[in-house]
Amino acid sequence: MFLLPKSICLAYGERSNSIQIRISDHPVQAPVRRIDLLIPLDKDAIAHVSDRLSKSTIIIGDREKFDTDREVVDVSFSNMAKEIGNIIFANTIAVGLLLGLTEGDIKEGKQFLKNYFTLKKKEEFIPDNIRALEKGFQEATRLVKEKHIDPDKFLHMKKSKEIKDDLLINGAEAIGFGAIAGGCNFISSYPMSPSTGVLVFLSQHAHEFDIISEQAEDEISAVNMAIGAWYAGARAMVTTSGGGLALMTEGISLAGMVESPMVIHLAQRPGPATGLPTRTEQGDLQLALYAGHGEFPRIILAPGQIEEAYEVTQKAFYLADKYQVPVFILTDQYTMDSYYNVKEFSVPEGKIDRFIIKTDADYQRYSLDTDNGITPRGIPNHGEGLVRADSDEHDENGLITEDMEVRIKMMEKRNSKLNDFKKEAFAPNLLGPKDYRVLCVGWGSTYHVIKEALDKLNIPDAALLHFKQVYPVPEESIKYLRKAKQIISIENNYNGQFAQLLEISTGISIETKILKYNGLPFYSDELAEEINHAISEKGGQK
Amino acid sequence: MTKIKQFEIEQVKTAWCPGCGNFMILKALQQALKELSLKPQQVVIVSGIGQAAKTPHYLNVNMFNGLHGRALPPATAIKACNPELTVIAEGGDGDMYGEGGNHFLHTIRRNPNITHLVHNNMVYGLTKGQASPTSEFGFKTPVQTDGVISEPVNPLALAISMGASFVARVFCGDTKKTADIIKKAIQHSGYALVDIFQPCVTFNKVNTFKWFKEHTYDLEDHDSHDRNQALKRAMEKEKLPLGIFYQNEDKNPFEQQLSVHENKKTPFIMRELNRQKLKELLKSKQS
Repeated sequence: MFLLPKSICLAYGERSNSIQIRISDHPVQAPVRRIDLLIPLDKDAIAHVSDRLSKSTIIIGDREKFDTDREVVDVSFSNMAKEIGNIIFANTIAVGLLLGLTEGDIKEGKQFLKNYFTLKKKEEFIPDNIRALEKGFQEATRLVKEKHIDPDKFLHMKKSKEIKDDLLINGAEAIGFGAIAGGCNFISSYPMSPSTGVLVFLSQHAHEFDIISEQAEDEISAVNMAIGAWYAGARAMVTTSGGGLALMTEGISLAGMVESPMVIHLAQRPGPATGLPTRTEQGDLQLALYAGHGEFPRIILAPGQIEEAYEVTQKAFYLADKYQVPVFILTDQYTMDSYYNVKEFSVPEGKIDRFIIKTDADYQRYSLDTDNGITPRGIPNHGEGLVRADSDEHDENGLITEDMEVRIKMMEKRNSKLNDFKKEAFAPNLLGPKDYRVLCVGWGSTYHVIKEALDKLNIPDAALLHFKQVYPVPEESIKYLRKAKQIISIENNYNGQFAQLLEISTGISIETKILKYNGLPFYSDELAEEINHAISEKGGQK
Repeated sequence: MTKIKQFEIEQVKTAWCPGCGNFMILKALQQALKELSLKPQQVVIVSGIGQAAKTPHYLNVNMFNGLHGRALPPATAIKACNPELTVIAEGGDGDMYGEGGNHFLHTIRRNPNITHLVHNNMVYGLTKGQASPTSEFGFKTPVQTDGVISEPVNPLALAISMGASFVARVFCGDTKKTADIIKKAIQHSGYALVDIFQPCVTFNKVNTFKWFKEHTYDLEDHDSHDRNQALKRAMEKEKLPLGIFYQNEDKNPFEQQLSVHENKKTPFIMRELNRQKLKELLKSKQS
């Protein structure tokens, strides 16, 4: 960002192509329904957000463009942009205007533009963009001077030392950073919104970090390549969305059978089928849970914050390698495309433990001589042994077998591999009073929005239990759920898929559900109302 | 000197019918590996599903027996992650040209330095006698009861037209020549397709050992560096030519073009995360 206000929240993804920016004097990381200032740049934009406008919403735009009864503060973005040379500069003019209204620092703004286009090797765009920014900034001064706008209605941004070293990144970048820190050196994927950002990020940094990045012909190829890469000694991942994962399911089952580590980033979007490609949903938890025929263990992680996206992605590679299982990282369009400032990430010290052995001549890839189901992994030409991976049921050497005794032993071996995992599982995170009566349950990307909604409500005995590991369901869950008088499950899907999973795992059924499945993320103000309503309706009881 | 024994597994019990062409292909492959003086540890055979795809179970090398139709993507990745390995993708016509057809096209485009062996018996053996993508027009089966009504795939013409850098066809009945061409395919730097004619003694009563003998001949007076001529020969229908149709040594293999192998030859397993660079990259995101 141009400036260093106390905090900024940028949430992308309204109905027309738009961006939501939230500015606050304290850290905010969730969107709100309320719109204070709207800058519509095309004629349909007002209609697209009309249900979120209030009497106090200020609209600034080309007045003649809009067929609306609402008051529009007239700023001719189109003409100003055309004067600079292209309608596209309307964007930068709007940013300059916003900067002016919030009394931001124009010098920092200009510096940002310089850095941004230099990094993209598009230096020729710098002068016109700076002119556009200045134009917008001056326009803000005019609006205030001519009293079209009361400047006190806006937060005035001041530099803050506290957040000077913060990183401003989005979820896709955090996953990418986590992958690099986790030792990822191979990604094969097929572009699919909203998961592509991770493929792009790792491709752009492939040279610096010795990463092979391959755009596969389809998701089937992508997942099979990644398993091949693990077999040859790489740390590989795929990134995809629901439809792509549907194609990968056979490959995930292959990873289960050949006991290959695998990291799958699944950025959810609303389905079924093509659904709403640029919107958000938490509708594919059960897809990740059941993807792949046959029975084999898996781990599903769902980061709730950008910091956690970095943390769990790193950990995903470690867990996949250690336990030789597929590990899913479940995010969504909202996580991928949202930016906010976070404290600096720490880079892991020490050698990355690869859990790979140098093989002896008598090496057996699936030796049953193990007490936790995990046979040390060898890779080809690393030692004297041969490494045989087989999708058929196989013997200890990895050779095809129909021996039922061997089948039983191999099933027990494979399905016991996560027995030791409990010790390093991610426990759910409890926020709020320990002696809660009402417990809101969330997972993945809803962390901040539920937290903010509860903060707003300030109910003394309501808490949030947030899961960043959704499967295996952490052991502590039952203890937390039992203690609550009323449990409210909050999910960005239709069926309350995590509530269903919790019920299967703990036997506790959750009756109160707040579900949103219109393709948009929760808003903290809207959610606060719904939680309040849910509590008063049931009186804080089951 | 590497012995052929090195690539044999003692007392191996195969799933193949007596007289199956797969035995001859297995022999030829072992012979080729021996003649190349490779160590079993250096060789990875990647296969899919089908009777042909079981071949790596019956010889002493590293094996990645994956999913039906999906041998080529992992083979490409294995070679990319460790170019020191000799990587062979092996399977049948249904596996490679049917279920895995899309990967066939795109592997040719990538041109990884791998050898692609396709046992072509023009029928599905494992699933008991249905048509394959190379079954001839009119071929009757329990499923295609009125005979096949789709055109068969011409894998050679397809590969040549897409710019595959080595394209050959052999008949497994000639084990010596089969071994020789497999050897040349392995030595070739880049993607090498060897389509191997093979009778299915149980499910294909049309394209028998005798039929292949009568309907094939050895390519002679052929310039294998002339792509147009190669394509023309690949389109012949009456009698089917055998030999190396096309080769192009000037194409840079996929893995050689990857930046990860530009300056370093160290296998992936020996490489370490560049923490300093990661710290710098993180710093560049400071607002």
